[in-house]
Amino acid sequence: MSKIKMAKGSPSLDMTPMVDLAFLLVTFFMLTASFRMAEPVVVDPPASHSDKTLPDNTILVTVDNQGRPYFGVSNAEAKLATLMKMSDKYKVKFTDDQIRKFGGMSSFGVDINDLPKYIDASENERQKFPTKGVPNDSLKNPQLSDWVRYAAQETNGIYIRERDAAKAAGKDFMGEKVRYAIKADGKAKYISVKAVLKTFTDMKIYRFNLITSLEGGEKKATEEEKK
Amino acid sequence: MAEIADDGGGHKKGGKKRAKKQSTRIDMTPMVDLGFLLLTFFVLTSTFSKPKSMEISFPAPIDNQTKPPEVKNGITLILTKDNRIFYYKGQFNAPNNPDGKPATELSETTFSSGGLHKILLEMNTYANDEIAKLETKVKNRQLADTAFKRLAMDAKGDKRSLTALVKTDDQATYKNVVDAVDELNVCLVGKYVIVDMTAPEYALLTAKIK
Repeated sequence: MSKIKMAKGSPSLDMTPMVDLAFLLVTFFMLTASFRMAEPVVVDPPASHSDKTLPDNTILVTVDNQGRPYFGVSNAEAKLATLMKMSDKYKVKFTDDQIRKFGGMSSFGVDINDLPKYIDASENERQKFPTKGVPNDSLKNPQLSDWVRYAAQETNGIYIRERDAAKAAGKDFMGEKVRYAIKADGKAKYISVKAVLKTFTDMKIYRFNLITSLEGGEKKATEEEKK
Repeated sequence: MAEIADDGGGHKKGGKKRAKKQSTRIDMTPMVDLGFLLLTFFVLTSTFSKPKSMEISFPAPIDNQTKPPEVKNGITLILTKDNRIFYYKGQFNAPNNPDGKPATELSETTFSSGGLHKILLEMNTYANDEIAKLETKVKNRQLADTAFKRLAMDAKGDKRSLTALVKTDDQATYKNVVDAVDELNVCLVGKYVIVDMTAPEYALLTAKIK
């Protein structure tokens, strides 16, 4: 019997194609990834069967589990323009540095008089910032409704300007109209959400996108809790 | 491993000068490791970040003078504390009403599939049957998708399909409302609205949950 001969070839294999592919994927994911900005409060939205994704251009009001409203705009240009208008109306001054920092914030839930202090605070301090949310008293202190009104004006202005510019240049316009989104915690009382809804309906805004999580394991967990 | 092999060309000018013997291969293992680390990071973080949303419309306020329209096939859901849900079918009849109709009573149900879901399906058979028929037509290529959407909307808006009112008291949570609306969407109820509770309804509810 002859001995079994060992293969003489080297045991190392050429991994170049695999590495090429890996880097291709890295590049793809790096370029497509959009990072979420830090949110001022953790909100656990209720689940639903809806599979519609949230549009990109939104004016978002978040309601936390204690019913406090937070305000945010997705369009960066409109966000800063809204701040300028609010600053004029409520006579609150912002430094250039504060305006720049405000552009990087996703949403906030403080009185406009506390806003400069809130912007200067660090990420950790903001979490502990004593707040009652954006004041939403339609008679005495309608700050939320002012924020929404100015933000709607600004975003719609930008939308129309971009659309006309695209038309003049003979290009297809891909922009979206602004949508009003509400992200509320499942444990929040409905009346606090209703107060926010009323702010919108008073401005003749009747269509909303309620942000929900996708129906799945979460609901089962709560049912098990009951048992 | 992936390596760049290079024979170190050049250096052949000076005849006797010896070419360097050192290999120019670079060990790329650390770079590839880092590449995969980044790949894993981006794969895990970037997907599933887009939130889902539920579109909903609220009615424009109407002046109190206009009488609400008569609803034949209707259900009113009343949400309250501890995730409890009550409902009644049809119009609200106050006790001792002049028409001599029996007074409305609240029945209780649950958010589980055997509760609210079943009631809504039973009451909304017209829209469900019509849409099921349309769906088979689409499957058999007898109907275009766009026409299906329009006809499904018509079926949901038909008089024979269900109309629902969702009402809450101060104690109901936002989750309850979203659950109820979601259930209405799942049961293909096209006509629903979230409105305020009337005083007689509230009186009925407080008596019930006491």
